[in-house]
Amino acid sequence: MEGPTSTGIPHRKLAMWTFIGSECMLFGTLIATYMIYRGRNLVGPYPDELLNIPFITVTTFVLLMSSLMMVLALSAVQRGDAKGTRIWLFMTPLFGLIFLGGQYYEFNHFVHEGLPLSKNLFSSTFFVLTGTHGAHVAGGVLWLGTLWLRAMGGKLDARHTETVEIAGLYWHFVDVVWIVLFTLIYLLV
Amino acid sequence: MATAEAMARDHGGADHAGGTYAGGLWSWITTVDHKRIAILYFVTGFLFFLIAGIEGQLLRVQLARPDNRFLDPDLYNQLFTMHGTTMVFFAGMPLIVAFFNFVVPLQIGARDVAFPRLNAFSYWIFLFGGLFMYASVPLRAMPDGGWFAYMPLTNIEYSPGLGMDFYVLALLASGVGTIAGGVNFFVTILNMRAPGMTFMRMPLFTWMALIVSILILLAFPPFTVGLVFMMFDRMFGTHFFDAAAGADPVLWQHLFWVFGHPEVYILILPALGIVSDVIPAFSRKSLFGYPVVVFSGVLIAFLGFGVWVHHMFSVGLGPVVNAVFSGATMLIAIPTGIKIFNWIATMWGGQIRFTTPMLFAIGLVAMFTIGGLSGVMHSSPPSDLQQTDTYFVVAHFHYVLFGGLIFGLFSGFYYWFPKATGRLLSERLGKAHFWLTFVAFNLTFFPMHFSGLLGQPRRTFTYASGLGLDLFNLLSTIGAFLFTVAFVPLLLNLWRAWRRGEAAGPNPWDAPTLEWTTASPPPHYNFAVVPKVDRRDPLWHPYVAPGLGWAGELEPGGASPRLQPDHPPAPVHMPDPSYWPLVMAFGMGLMTVGALGSLALVLCGLAVTLVGLFGWAFEPPERGGH
Repeated sequence: MEGPTSTGIPHRKLAMWTFIGSECMLFGTLIATYMIYRGRNLVGPYPDELLNIPFITVTTFVLLMSSLMMVLALSAVQRGDAKGTRIWLFMTPLFGLIFLGGQYYEFNHFVHEGLPLSKNLFSSTFFVLTGTHGAHVAGGVLWLGTLWLRAMGGKLDARHTETVEIAGLYWHFVDVVWIVLFTLIYLLV
Repeated sequence: MATAEAMARDHGGADHAGGTYAGGLWSWITTVDHKRIAILYFVTGFLFFLIAGIEGQLLRVQLARPDNRFLDPDLYNQLFTMHGTTMVFFAGMPLIVAFFNFVVPLQIGARDVAFPRLNAFSYWIFLFGGLFMYASVPLRAMPDGGWFAYMPLTNIEYSPGLGMDFYVLALLASGVGTIAGGVNFFVTILNMRAPGMTFMRMPLFTWMALIVSILILLAFPPFTVGLVFMMFDRMFGTHFFDAAAGADPVLWQHLFWVFGHPEVYILILPALGIVSDVIPAFSRKSLFGYPVVVFSGVLIAFLGFGVWVHHMFSVGLGPVVNAVFSGATMLIAIPTGIKIFNWIATMWGGQIRFTTPMLFAIGLVAMFTIGGLSGVMHSSPPSDLQQTDTYFVVAHFHYVLFGGLIFGLFSGFYYWFPKATGRLLSERLGKAHFWLTFVAFNLTFFPMHFSGLLGQPRRTFTYASGLGLDLFNLLSTIGAFLFTVAFVPLLLNLWRAWRRGEAAGPNPWDAPTLEWTTASPPPHYNFAVVPKVDRRDPLWHPYVAPGLGWAGELEPGGASPRLQPDHPPAPVHMPDPSYWPLVMAFGMGLMTVGALGSLALVLCGLAVTLVGLFGWAFEPPERGGH
């Protein structure tokens, strides 16, 4: 039923941009809370004793590379390149999964080092902020993985450019949020 | 279900009275039609409105005389929490969304909203949220921390039991539907306007719906985060609001009010939009200063994000902070005052018809002005410190929310009822309803100004005699029960319209906007021909636009032009019904219930949610249409 739209932007793409605007407020609130409570822990462990910057730099690099994969996937879909579509739509969520694996390892490591969720202000704000981001990554992995399965079944071609583009918008947004988190949590520790 | 063509044929003729209402229960459960979803929202929201009203009356019974023991303090706390939370989230907002759903697509010349299934999902998750919250009543675990739920009062130590968990989870669940609705209406209004419907030709109600969608999108996320923090503090022992761990409990107040103040405008701006359409229609004059009224709405919404600390003047954030927020708050009086003057100027020199919708609209102008004036009084911190937490504030926000929002909603109800049902309401019963409501409202809430200035505290279950409060409280209680009397003519009116209401015709009010070009009730596809628009208030200039597609013929003997043809010239493709939004909302509902203490149920709900999501994603929006 969707014909030409008043703005010229397809409904779904405009909706994704709108949703991303709303998500900025969500992450903005979480980040503001983290920053307000930074350095106000009354008990340890403290962030500088636990945060492993080299390790997270590697997983951050993997997540950023997944954005590159996403660009390549969209380009392949646009060109009607079925093989490239399958490869890059597989690689994008795979890199996302590697990032999530790193986060799982990090959370586990922190708990073993004596920082369960309920330990102090750092544990509360850190786990909820990065956990919310991780949940967004997981949602994106599920979405892109579904698109990959569609591509494997031969049901995703140049007609679905918009679908892949919108998934890409979400994925890049989640990556951009991580760049902010990486800077504020790890680099500024 | 019939194919789209068949539906277009079935409901395309003059006999389309059943278009919105034909079909059994299943057709309502799977509906994605914005008009039906509007009716679902309206009926559900109105039931919650009645329930919350009865809760308010119970509070008034307790306060009817000093040292009363009708309610014990615990139950009193629970009832005022349920009253406020229900009125804001499960009555006010769904009633507004009901009007968005019914009116916005019709006013912009669209056939539905941008995402019809997402629209159905928003309704179902709101319904589950409301039902979940009221599941606390039979469990004797109603939340008791106020609709504002201040930390640390609401942490697990001071509010043990499930009460505040019901509050947190119900609002998280229904908040998902609200944000989805915000996306939906934002995209609908931006993207689905009929040819020629530029922004500055949009009816004011649609304008306010656009602004409110933006407010929802920006204001609900901070509240969601605050609720998540509260949930984690209560359930998993985190320390977001725990002063003993170095946190600042005032953070909750900031997160709540940075949402809560825009929420006030989410509630009031649609009502101001309604009267901005109703007053011109019954003054037979286009809205005076249309662009200024539009930009006043934009300005109110913009400033609304910079005034939240005026709810927190007594926290003690310091004179500079209080002064800045006080100034910003006073600024809001300017665009609000501009709107009021523009409504008056619209009426000035117009051919005024005092119909029921017009009476409620004028009632709003007067009552909302009173509420605005008391608002300006406590925008000044020294004055506010005298008034905060007293009944003066209760008087203020009831003048704004009842005298503003509810009067506006009743105005819109009487205005669009003929469009939604095809039946006229009785003016005589409508006017009885208005005057009784007007008297009941003022009798209930005006004395609260006095009891408040005399120092009666809010949220306190009783008061001693001999403080000069007895008479004012008794008057308020009598007024609260007069609302029940005022309700009788409304019910009679609905019953009368049901049994023998006169047919309304497309444009019973001779109103100027697009929703009045189509049949009442509108056919499934709203417009047989997508209208073209070349000016504001197009129906008041129907003959100056030859060749614009919709320019109509004069009905024999009537001044009211019938602009839409009876049948669409070509088949209209409409989205098919779907049950997947309900499946997904049900899954999220299960997760919400499970969050009270059953991980298995949460996972089960997650599975159902994913099933619903995938069923939805892989279901073609129109099966039969091609």
